[in-house]
Amino acid sequence: MTAPSVAPIPGAHPLAVDALLDDSSVEIIVCCGSGGVGKTTTAAAIGLRAAERGRRVVVLTIDPARRLAQAMGLAELDNTPRQVEDIDTTKGGRLDAMMLDMKRTFDDVVLAHTSPDKAREILENPFYIALSSSFAGTQEYMAMERLGQLHADASSNGDYDLIIVDTPPSRSALDFLDAPKRLSSFLDSRLLRLLSTPARGPIRLFSAGMGVVTGALTKLLGAQVLTDVQTFVAALDTTFGGFRQRAEDTYRLLQERRTAFLVVAAPEPDALREASYFVERLRDDRMPLAGLVLNRMEAPAAVHVSPERSLSAAEALAESGQHPVAAAVLRLHGERMTRAARERRLAERFASAHPGVSIATVPALSSDVHDLPGLRQIGTRLGGE
Amino acid sequence: MPKVNVERLRSASVTRRESDWEGVRLHVVTGKGGTGKTTVAGALALALAADGQTVLLCEVEGRQGISRLFDAPSLPYDERRIAVVPRNGATAGEVYGLAIDPEAALTEYLEMYYHLGRAARALDKVGAVDFATTIAPGVRDVLLTGKVYEAVRRKEKKRVHDRPTYDTVVLDAPPTGRIARFLGVNAGVADIARVGPIRRQADSIMALMRSPQTAVHIVTLLEEMPVQETSDGIAELRAARIPVGSVIVNLARRGPLDRPTIEAASADQLPRADFVAALHETGLPADDATVEGLLTDAREHAIRVAMEDELRTRLDDLGRPIYELPRLADGADLGALFDLAGELTKQGMA
Repeated sequence: MTAPSVAPIPGAHPLAVDALLDDSSVEIIVCCGSGGVGKTTTAAAIGLRAAERGRRVVVLTIDPARRLAQAMGLAELDNTPRQVEDIDTTKGGRLDAMMLDMKRTFDDVVLAHTSPDKAREILENPFYIALSSSFAGTQEYMAMERLGQLHADASSNGDYDLIIVDTPPSRSALDFLDAPKRLSSFLDSRLLRLLSTPARGPIRLFSAGMGVVTGALTKLLGAQVLTDVQTFVAALDTTFGGFRQRAEDTYRLLQERRTAFLVVAAPEPDALREASYFVERLRDDRMPLAGLVLNRMEAPAAVHVSPERSLSAAEALAESGQHPVAAAVLRLHGERMTRAARERRLAERFASAHPGVSIATVPALSSDVHDLPGLRQIGTRLGGE
Repeated sequence: MPKVNVERLRSASVTRRESDWEGVRLHVVTGKGGTGKTTVAGALALALAADGQTVLLCEVEGRQGISRLFDAPSLPYDERRIAVVPRNGATAGEVYGLAIDPEAALTEYLEMYYHLGRAARALDKVGAVDFATTIAPGVRDVLLTGKVYEAVRRKEKKRVHDRPTYDTVVLDAPPTGRIARFLGVNAGVADIARVGPIRRQADSIMALMRSPQTAVHIVTLLEEMPVQETSDGIAELRAARIPVGSVIVNLARRGPLDRPTIEAASADQLPRADFVAALHETGLPADDATVEGLLTDAREHAIRVAMEDELRTRLDDLGRPIYELPRLADGADLGALFDLAGELTKQGMA
């Protein structure tokens, strides 16, 4: 079957994906974009392509839906990178994949930075348990932590020369950029100091103003919660000082030239609006943007038959009652062409609003991708073959 | 068992009949990102209003999706009327919109339940509000669900309000991957706060979330990953003892090919000579490339339909009522939203 293809978008520089993957100075590729645009698939596909072109790759997904596992034929993904079998290693590359286990990462940080006794105290603290496992948003901090760990390991032992990160969907995709700042402001906050004081002496607790606050907190939370929070917070400073430092280092690493961001979108108004937001946010944060990947572009065959001609022929045949099957197929073709034209208009509009952004397009495939050959096919399209 | 709605389709225009969800006060609409849950939530709110109800449509992710959907200015933290549904020249029902902002919700919450005016400001000064809403995002979910709870329960409160009371609340919720955790966040609070007002509030919210007054509907597309997440989401909701409502297949394509044609296309048995004749007759190029191209279009379409059929079977097996909304050629503008609402009414969702 001939491969469908999408003509280049006028006004946009084509994104040279292979050149990016072959550039050994690029050590981290971050895929971001709103949900449902094929971000995880893109991350997996470029990971596979890079590996088969000779890079030693690990793909880190922080999406809880275990989609990457399905796409890569792995039974389970945990916090440890697992090698993906059945890839072409003739060029010396390899492909590993892992999914972020946020609680596990959090626990590891605690265990690594404090004494066993104190660690146990923290790990058993109800506030800690809630924060590390059930509360949303912790994964962004932990993603920073795990990315930093992986990169540090890779730099020292040389296991990987390329880390590909798949970020969580929606706007929180960029929340992990904010993680270090939030953590710093939290650790330096007056609240933290306030909460850690009562444990040392009741006198300051009742000094002017403070009583109102702790009184309010006790009223709100109950005395037990306050004690739990205080225990947790008292342990935080020693444990998480290092974490903050590393989160800040990771943030700076993301700004360096060895990182490349790919914004992933589908040719729909909402997804492209989100993509614009990402592009602007990355620019504001001085993060290096490699370009936009536009997934799932409608790619009908027989493109020389315009939608107007196709639809009016279908109409004429329907009126005469002849060739009903051909008429229906002409209608189908006309509808697909109409959709393709609308998608191209959206892409062109994005290109004129963001003139410096290179764009790669991937045609929609008629079936879903859930195996390596499917990922390889996507990679081929991304490489522009 | 899948619900067949043909009978409802016939009777909908004749008499008003009960919806499939009588007694539900809180409709939670979730779905994988990109499935169009905001659009579906908006259409459901309109459908309920068309039934004569006063409906609150709220969002919690700060995306201003509702105002965009209804062509309204950005919603402040305030309930604004965003649509009026007329019937026979009179107002049938109304839709109010609310974008719940966690910080404002916290201040309001402290004032309403604890009368903590001065202390709330003190908390704000030391960064507790910032801490609560940003650093510990679970607290955020507690506040968001707390506000939803308040809107649902307002009708029963004796106190006279300067704000409208609602028959039904429709929540444009976080995505499927987070939904059980989001709606169940107060169960986690109950683990932390063993006593006190927060504990009581958390218990009340969980009681609502787990009651038959709540229904969580999951929006999906006929694609592998969204269907998988629908199935996973239902399992997680059941484990959290939160009532699962329906599955809504959104953006369903209704292609022009009938079944026999689709089968012929996938078996590569479409009548080539017929195509050549048809192209000649209508003055289109009838060369091999054109014929082959059209056959390729048809074959790709048939592959997609076969995959969609398989996914439909998987959705049927989930044992929830299924509604289906068509893909609209020009995206979802306000007029289209009314059409989608009409579809939901016809199919019995409202």
